[in-house]
Amino acid sequence: MRRGAALSADRHKRETRAAWLFLAPDAVGLLVFVAIPMVFALALSLFDVDGFGNYRWVGLDNFHRMLSDPMLGRAIWVTVKYVVLFVPLSFAFGLGLALLVWNTFPGVGVVRTLLFLPNALSLVVIGLLWQFLLVDKQGVLTKMGRPFGLGDVSFLGDPKWALPTYVLISVWYSMGYQMLLFLAGLNDINGEHLDAARVDGAGGWQRFRHVIWPLLGPTSFFVLITSLVASVTGLQAFDLVFVLTKGGPDNQTSTVVFYIYQQAFSFGHFGYAAAITVILVLFLVIVTAALFKVTGGGRLHAR
Amino acid sequence: MPVETTDVTRTVDAPPRTPPRPVRRRRPRAGHLARAVIAWAVALITVFPLVWLLLTAFKPEGESFSGGLPSRWTFDNLTFVLTEVPFPRYLLNSAIVSVVVTALALLFHSMAAYALSRLRFRGSGLVLSAMVSTMLVSLPVILVPLFLIAKALGLLDNFAGLIVPMIFNAFGIFLLRQYYLNFPTELEDAAQLDGCGYPRLFWHVVLPLSRPALASLSVLFFLANWNAFLWPLVITSNPDLAVVQVGMSSLQGQYASAYNYVLAGSLIAVIPTILVFLLGQRWLIESMKSSGLK
Repeated sequence: MRRGAALSADRHKRETRAAWLFLAPDAVGLLVFVAIPMVFALALSLFDVDGFGNYRWVGLDNFHRMLSDPMLGRAIWVTVKYVVLFVPLSFAFGLGLALLVWNTFPGVGVVRTLLFLPNALSLVVIGLLWQFLLVDKQGVLTKMGRPFGLGDVSFLGDPKWALPTYVLISVWYSMGYQMLLFLAGLNDINGEHLDAARVDGAGGWQRFRHVIWPLLGPTSFFVLITSLVASVTGLQAFDLVFVLTKGGPDNQTSTVVFYIYQQAFSFGHFGYAAAITVILVLFLVIVTAALFKVTGGGRLHAR
Repeated sequence: MPVETTDVTRTVDAPPRTPPRPVRRRRPRAGHLARAVIAWAVALITVFPLVWLLLTAFKPEGESFSGGLPSRWTFDNLTFVLTEVPFPRYLLNSAIVSVVVTALALLFHSMAAYALSRLRFRGSGLVLSAMVSTMLVSLPVILVPLFLIAKALGLLDNFAGLIVPMIFNAFGIFLLRQYYLNFPTELEDAAQLDGCGYPRLFWHVVLPLSRPALASLSVLFFLANWNAFLWPLVITSNPDLAVVQVGMSSLQGQYASAYNYVLAGSLIAVIPTILVFLLGQRWLIESMKSSGLK
């Protein structure tokens, strides 16, 4: 596909120089603002760093400290619960919605837009809005829950309810995005297979189970990995928590990412925060690798 | 790539890659109608909170928690937020940051993508994989070290700090490179025969041809930066530099129970988002699809 066969050495030199000049801004930017911070996090975790930028070598002390930090244990537990609830729920909602709006009907474009709309908004606005909808006794959703015996529930103030509420709001926010990914996957399915199944007399469920589901394998895997990473280290694990509950009540919504922020920017323990980050990343790498291994490189349910 | 498909179920919003098949309508069934009704119902339930936001922002004081339509539509809440709170300042700050980040990111990313897709040089494969691997890093993961580095570079509490670190993400490079790989080389060849250097080639041939890809990325970048909260929160403390999301969260603190003001602010903050989203929806969705799976 490439043009010309033998390039003169001069031409080659010019092309190389041009390439590096074009690459320079992004190469430098990514190095300074992404790659170096990654490595720097590792180094930071071995220091005690205060808000004034004084570094003191402490070796593995930060990691030792984690072992006896009940608040961290709690944040990890909150994150685990959040992931276990959020990932399957948003997967199910995303897939369900995609199947619902896959075929055309009057206004299908508008419906898709409306379903995706929450994802275009900022998590700050979403947090404020849901806080208002769920205000104790007065919020419109709280009132609507009254016939179901939920009228007196303090959705964001009761330690028992705060996390499930936060999960549901996250699902509401992200299901449109998952829907879009599944729609793309569905549209790549060759219609012939479905027609053949239909001719063979396969009903809706059978077509889903034996044709659509296996062919959606790669999409499902992608959705699973991205929503896992997003729920552990994504912005929704910070922005939404910050606005909705500030980690409360009783730390029931304090995710690890939120805890890292607090350690660094509320308490000034930058080194400790970096150490927690290192563990978090390590955990994600292990889980992702395990998922790859278990599914044989992402072939989730293709048999 | 199967060009000839019998895909009657293809319902992409974008123009179909293959010409639409001759009509082969399935018999309308009751199941279809039921599905349409359910889909509409779900969509309306989904946007209910947003409709409620809109209504409440126009309700007179003291009616925030009353049901239904406002008894009287009023602009008082919006006026209050725009005059008694430095909201115009927040909006301006956000606009500056979002527009500048988007413009510079598009320029730099398309330059890099051009080099990585069209120019031959030793090590290009290595550079590409190094850049793409940074896509796995999200902001919360590097927040602490990034903050310390930005601080050391003098980026604390100024516009440069809000803008510069947010420009660089390999996602844009990756997407544009995919796009450039599909360009025909003839135009470039012709231009080069005419003695056109690489910079002019890029500026006058490649950039104009990449308008569709740039459009979709600009929607994505603008939304991401307009909605950004965490980075502006940590890198600025000067209230004059507060972007709209940070301003909103401080509004939450100041007017904790005055939801009419908080929601009026939310409505204003959301308007540019919705406008950009509706105008650029098709592009946005295309870019997300291709980012995800292709």
